[in-house]
Amino acid sequence: MVMESSPFMQSISFLLLLFPLLGFLAIGLSQKQINKKLSGIIASSFVFLNLILTFILFWYVSTTNQTVETNLFDWIKFANISIPFAITVDRLSALMLLVVNGVGFLIHVYSIGYMKNDEGVSRFFSYMNLFIFFMLILVLSSNYLMLFIGWEGVGLCSYLLIGFWYKDHANNNAAKKAFIMNRIGDLGFLIGIFMMFHTFGTLNISEVATKASVMPSGSTALLIITLGLFAGAIGKSAQIPLFTWLPDAMAGPTPVSALIHAATMVTAGVYLVARSSVLFVLSPVTMNLILVIGIFTALISGLIAIYQNDIKKILAYSTVSQLGFMFMALGLGSFSGAMFHLTTHAFFKALLFLAAGSVIHALNQEQDIRKMGGLRKKIPFTFALFAIGAIAISGIPPFAGFFSKEMILSVAYEHGMGMGIIATFISLLTTVYMFRLLFVAFYKPESDAVKANHHIHESPKVMLIPMALLALLSMVAGFIQIPALFSTNVNAFSTYLSPIFFSAHQLVPASGQNLNVLTEWLTLLIPLTIIAALVYISYIRFAKDRLSAELSGIQKVMANKFYIDELYDFCFVKPTEKLSLFFRETVDQSVINRLINTIGNATLYIGGRIRLLQTGNVGFYLIIMVFSIIAILFFNLIR
Amino acid sequence: METTVTQLQMIPLVYYIIFCTALFTIGVVGVLVKRNALAIFMSVELMLNSANLLLAAFSAYRNDSSGQVFVFFIMVVAAAEIAIGLALLVVVYRSSRTIDINILNRLKW
Repeated sequence: MVMESSPFMQSISFLLLLFPLLGFLAIGLSQKQINKKLSGIIASSFVFLNLILTFILFWYVSTTNQTVETNLFDWIKFANISIPFAITVDRLSALMLLVVNGVGFLIHVYSIGYMKNDEGVSRFFSYMNLFIFFMLILVLSSNYLMLFIGWEGVGLCSYLLIGFWYKDHANNNAAKKAFIMNRIGDLGFLIGIFMMFHTFGTLNISEVATKASVMPSGSTALLIITLGLFAGAIGKSAQIPLFTWLPDAMAGPTPVSALIHAATMVTAGVYLVARSSVLFVLSPVTMNLILVIGIFTALISGLIAIYQNDIKKILAYSTVSQLGFMFMALGLGSFSGAMFHLTTHAFFKALLFLAAGSVIHALNQEQDIRKMGGLRKKIPFTFALFAIGAIAISGIPPFAGFFSKEMILSVAYEHGMGMGIIATFISLLTTVYMFRLLFVAFYKPESDAVKANHHIHESPKVMLIPMALLALLSMVAGFIQIPALFSTNVNAFSTYLSPIFFSAHQLVPASGQNLNVLTEWLTLLIPLTIIAALVYISYIRFAKDRLSAELSGIQKVMANKFYIDELYDFCFVKPTEKLSLFFRETVDQSVINRLINTIGNATLYIGGRIRLLQTGNVGFYLIIMVFSIIAILFFNLIR
Repeated sequence: METTVTQLQMIPLVYYIIFCTALFTIGVVGVLVKRNALAIFMSVELMLNSANLLLAAFSAYRNDSSGQVFVFFIMVVAAAEIAIGLALLVVVYRSSRTIDINILNRLKW
């Protein structure tokens, strides 16, 4: 696999890591001196440089089908362990590079406008550049340990940025929650890495894949490794049971939610599974687990999203739901489907978050959609962009979401009719909560709060233009992969990724039966009809009337997020607190403290007794000395 | 010189050992029973010199002069020790008008 890559491409891939690090250091070290405006421009321009480099690399790997391998330095090397700090650019990482740097750049530019009046703007941009740096390490790493560093690094940046407004204690708690829940998953990831090293003797991603491909399907070692890696993915990508941190993570600034908690970091779990596709296809148990968890996550968070009232919370649950959808695709073995949805989702979810940020900006930090309404006329550009995002995510043709969802849905239908219907139902949930949000926030008669607020204003160009570009991408990105039903020729995306998943698909060929054309048309048209109906119903229900105040039965359960937070609080947080209290009050005070004090007191007492031997009488000392010497000699003699 | 060594060797070694042991024991007992600091000093010298004598005897019997070299070293050290010890005794006497060690029990807790 390792071939001579061109030195030019190698240095480019190295610069990819260097630029954001430089940006972080430059802005981070001169926070106090640097001009507020300048820091945003510096940060954005470094990411822009990265974007240019990414285009070059993308062009290179997609035309030559070569992998750019760059060994920066030997990192861990002793005995038979050799873990170099090396970066690999292949087609999969080039795709992620495009997403990270492309969406990252647009969000950086947007942030210049959004964070303009914040006092910590330099700190913000230094963290953002640090995030890009770690995300690139994650994406570019050639071995799992380096990937883990990037993995932890983005977790750190996520923590720093969720708690960015650290003066509010709730934000700090949300940051801690995110970090700790991620740690639970990371433990699994670490165990997976250890097990991998134990089994294969290497952590290099391609070597592991090569060695694993000769192993029998379903072996215990592979099961443990994949379960461990998937545990990491569960934490990072906010799947059941570790998903409750993501909605809380909305405490951070909105661009952060767009970049880290929608477009890039949370998709790292999907990337990890796709990256280790060979390992996962050889472990059917894990694949089924991924499928089940993906379905349940998508279902539950989709249902929760319908009854939320905070604009960012709705989007957060929507993100969890879409991630669940991606994991479902992974579980069905459609790695390119998951990656395709990851890419399009990055575009339209970032767009939705940025548009939501624009709304929040316009309404002076108001996030409750019940206090919005009628914004369609007040901020028309934001409305148009938000609507594009909503249409794209709902899977309405011809926007991007339709194509990526269709790719996953067709795999689901090939897997079985029941699976297809479940998947369709999940994707229909998207329509319900997105259009509810859209109609309540933008169509409903103006709320009193909006009427009273005379400062509602459209966002500046620096915020609108990145959103417009994302909207453009959300509209056209889908056309690179058109369902086989319409045309069998346009499948640029899966062709592009096919070398990556080649060995995985060869090991376990797709088992699904092909559907006849009629069924395919039906599975395409019936959901679209339902979507149209749902949009109409939401319009009638939410755009005209006020929200019904009383929630009944199951609705209340959904509005309260299935009481999962309360459940965790009861099952884990409270017992931990009790245990801590027990250790502090009982174990520490009564056992450890008493033990230490007893030792001290005993020493004092014995010392007090022994010092009486020091009579000060020289004769006595001499006698002791002489008899001691005699005793020593005597013992030497009889020994 | 040759003759001295020969004559010394005529006396059996065990005599020297017994004699030195006796001397050493007298020294130890003297240190333990005497209350006068000056007498204790003298007893210490007795012990030192019993060891010296033994060294010299063995040296003669083994025809190895290094034992005698040690004797000289010990003498020098003993002289230095006595010089300091006596000086201390003088100071003690000046301050307390006695050199009885039972009076000097101020080295106490």
